[in-house]
Amino acid sequence: MAETQNDAPLLVAESLSKNFGRVVACRDISFTLYAGEVLAIVGESGSGKSTLLQMLSGQMTPSAGHVSYRMRDGVLRDLNSLGEAERRFLFRTDWGYVHQDPAQGLRMAVSAGANVGERLMAVGWNHYGQIRQAASSWLDRVEIDTARIDDAPRTYSGGMRQRLQIARNLVTEPRLVFMDEPTGGLDVSVQARLLDLMRNLVSELGLAAIVVTHDLAVARLLSHRVMVMKGGQVIETGLTDQVLDDPHEPYTQLLVSSILPP
Amino acid sequence: MPAMIEIANAEKTFTMHLQGGVRLPVVRGVNFEVHPGECVVLSGPSGAGKSSILKMIFGNYRCDGGRIGVRHRGSVIDLANAEPREVLSVRRETIGYVSQFLRAVPRVPTIDVVAEPLTATGTPRETARERAGQLLHRLNIPDRLWMLPPSTFSGGEQQRVNIARGFISDHPVLLLDEPTASLDAANRKVVVNLIDEKKRAGVAIVAIVHDDEIRTQIADRIVDVTSFAAAA
Repeated sequence: MAETQNDAPLLVAESLSKNFGRVVACRDISFTLYAGEVLAIVGESGSGKSTLLQMLSGQMTPSAGHVSYRMRDGVLRDLNSLGEAERRFLFRTDWGYVHQDPAQGLRMAVSAGANVGERLMAVGWNHYGQIRQAASSWLDRVEIDTARIDDAPRTYSGGMRQRLQIARNLVTEPRLVFMDEPTGGLDVSVQARLLDLMRNLVSELGLAAIVVTHDLAVARLLSHRVMVMKGGQVIETGLTDQVLDDPHEPYTQLLVSSILPP
Repeated sequence: MPAMIEIANAEKTFTMHLQGGVRLPVVRGVNFEVHPGECVVLSGPSGAGKSSILKMIFGNYRCDGGRIGVRHRGSVIDLANAEPREVLSVRRETIGYVSQFLRAVPRVPTIDVVAEPLTATGTPRETARERAGQLLHRLNIPDRLWMLPPSTFSGGEQQRVNIARGFISDHPVLLLDEPTASLDAANRKVVVNLIDEKKRAGVAIVAIVHDDEIRTQIADRIVDVTSFAAAA
């Protein structure tokens, strides 16, 4: 697994809560993420995990609490204190966001090469040949035939689209990637390939990642640490194999015992 | 010489919430030390808690009390109370573990499954694969299988892949959970030799072995786990 020796936190969540009217979606969630660490957030639908991901990635303002992120200059800053331009810059460079539905993370009508190249242009690349070269090498890395570089992702299969979305996110060498059910909606053989690919990329690039999933197998394969959510609260947290092999809370025991044997 | 592992009053109880909160005490008052170059074999009948103790030392099971001190990077870290990232660091550099069953990622070739502990600490892929190949060769896994994922292998082959993966690093602590259980005589002998080499290199080993012959060959000391029985 990747280097996790870096002692300065990359992202700090402090007492995050979110209410929608009288409905509490997330309550008092705190944790620290370090560089190169992969954290899985697991729980059933409605447990608040997607709301939490939205707050962590600065797309939703918490009702209470703070999210801080260590910028490339080493300064830890509250996401709320960032201007719109700074936040957009983070999203274009230092962060990636992999949506469950690739159509949300890709531009479906433009070529695969342009989908990847666009992120590079946003950070100032302007040499067409180099951009195409980088796009092509990333397609290869995510196991997409480079002969398909000029085809639009709407002509791709579900698994290819998801791999293209990953390439688009990683091309700028982000330090943190948010993933929302990255293998949801894919059939099992495609899932295994994608998981293996993500696992290698995360460890080769030393990426930190926050992965929301309801699939404990995904958490086991990808993550170092896991947080189990239920009813908007984190009910159990720890090293992934510890929580899955020795679950303490009733709900976690229920989740673990519900996995069908392979 | 200071101990590599010092376990003091460690205890473990499972609470089964889905079975009406039944409490299953596993072990209590676990006390023993392991020194560099020493192989301690845990003995006791099935269900006595031998594997649980290994898992507690590896940080896979949480302790309900006590202390599990392991020397890591020149100081002693208490794994019973360590942060997840500290446990990961200990596993990366200090503790190797050969579990009873191989848990491999689908699609990853055998040679890379074995090489992974080395690449994870920064050894170049080619060097790591070379060492992986040497170990697989010693453990009689034929070359033609190296590029295949181990999931389709026989039980004994998977176990040898698991052993190779556990022995490839130069970790100063090694935990072995029945490493010879489904091996033939020739391969058992290979494992005994590998253990001997580790001991000579100063590795502290905790092992579970049911085979009496193997036990007498590798054990420097036997710790009887029934003395840690948590009387229900």
